[in-house]
Amino acid sequence: MTKLIIILLSAVFINNYVLSRFLGICPFLGVSKKLDSATGMSLAVIFVMMLSTAVTYPIQFYLLEPNNLGFLQTIVFILVIAALVQLVEIILKRYIPSLHKSLGVYLPLITTNCAVLGVTILNVQEYPVAGATTFWWGFAQSMVNSLGSGLGFFLAMVMFSGVRSVIEGSDVPKSFKGLPVTLVAAAITSLSFLGFGGVIENLFA
Amino acid sequence: MNTLQNFSKGLIKENPVLVLVLGTCPTLATSTNITNALGMGAAATVVLLCSNIVISALRKVIPDKVRIPCYIVLIAGFVTAVQMLVKAFAPALDKSLGIYLPLIVVNCIILGRAEMFANKNKVFDSAVDGLGMGAGFTLALTLMATIREVFGNGTFAGMPIPVLSDNHISILTMAPGGFFVFGLLIAAVNKFFPNKPKKKDFGCAGCPSAEICGKVSCDSSAKEAAAND
Repeated sequence: MTKLIIILLSAVFINNYVLSRFLGICPFLGVSKKLDSATGMSLAVIFVMMLSTAVTYPIQFYLLEPNNLGFLQTIVFILVIAALVQLVEIILKRYIPSLHKSLGVYLPLITTNCAVLGVTILNVQEYPVAGATTFWWGFAQSMVNSLGSGLGFFLAMVMFSGVRSVIEGSDVPKSFKGLPVTLVAAAITSLSFLGFGGVIENLFA
Repeated sequence: MNTLQNFSKGLIKENPVLVLVLGTCPTLATSTNITNALGMGAAATVVLLCSNIVISALRKVIPDKVRIPCYIVLIAGFVTAVQMLVKAFAPALDKSLGIYLPLIVVNCIILGRAEMFANKNKVFDSAVDGLGMGAGFTLALTLMATIREVFGNGTFAGMPIPVLSDNHISILTMAPGGFFVFGLLIAAVNKFFPNKPKKKDFGCAGCPSAEICGKVSCDSSAKEAAAND
């Protein structure tokens, strides 16, 4: 149990997907202008990350590895994620139209989001079914890691949309207008996450 | 447009990283040292060249409605091939690039060039465009890696530099330094090359999800572009 909490907290704070692993930078810079779109996008990311891990993890250990097809990982994973996102969109549209209205527009954006493909690949690398690890233990660790990564993305997006609303009104040099000053602000935001290094392992020591 | 112009536009005028701002994730992540940057640049260039050639050759065969999934499958195939080659011939590079090697699949530069250029142009032109864009990507990556490695680590491609190696600014090699150097470089490009192409020629229009995204976030940037015109 402690192990799972450590995985969750380190995924949110130490190995934050956006601010220290540099995955999902495009939506981080593109959709963080307004708080409500930042929230919608991150909720969709959390959902898709967990769903695609739940599907790709069994595929890797029940289908690809027993048949020596490990090299197909990249192709299979990206196809599964793309198909899954489409499927979810169709289901949401048909059965929960209110949810589709608020999250639906973000779903197709997520297909080519490197954070989602990244989390599925990292999960099968970091929590493999090998030696003493049973399938369910590895699966639980992966799911917790996906949840943490998604929450970390959410935290970074929400924090940064706040930072951006301040930048918007400030007077910056002409050549720094727009993206450059946003990136410099992102540097300072990510600086605040550096401080978490080493905290969580020692919390339970 | 002649062949030379077609090649050189990727280097500065339409540099994929510094002007079009595509493929930011691998740029930030693999520019911590020059060896990684060159390796990443070479891998992405190979994939870009191959995918541009094949997509351009198949541009009349692939149905318009399912073109994006087709491109993704083709690109994923080439990425897998490159992954296996790197694993076999440069295992050290494979280790240091890690997750970013398979993530070339979702690098927007590659899908963006397929969508913006390769599906409208002849095979030869697409190949030249792929090489130029790949070279531009490698150039920007190496430039950023040079700044980060020389000042952040005090070394140049692993060789220590006399004064700097004792007084290095370690934060430049960490995550915040990546964002900061990238911001400075884009600002420098804005300053010295003010005649950038119009907004509709690149960025959101070239992004495969532009249609959906337009409703969400690109609206404001499109309006800005219209105001600037």
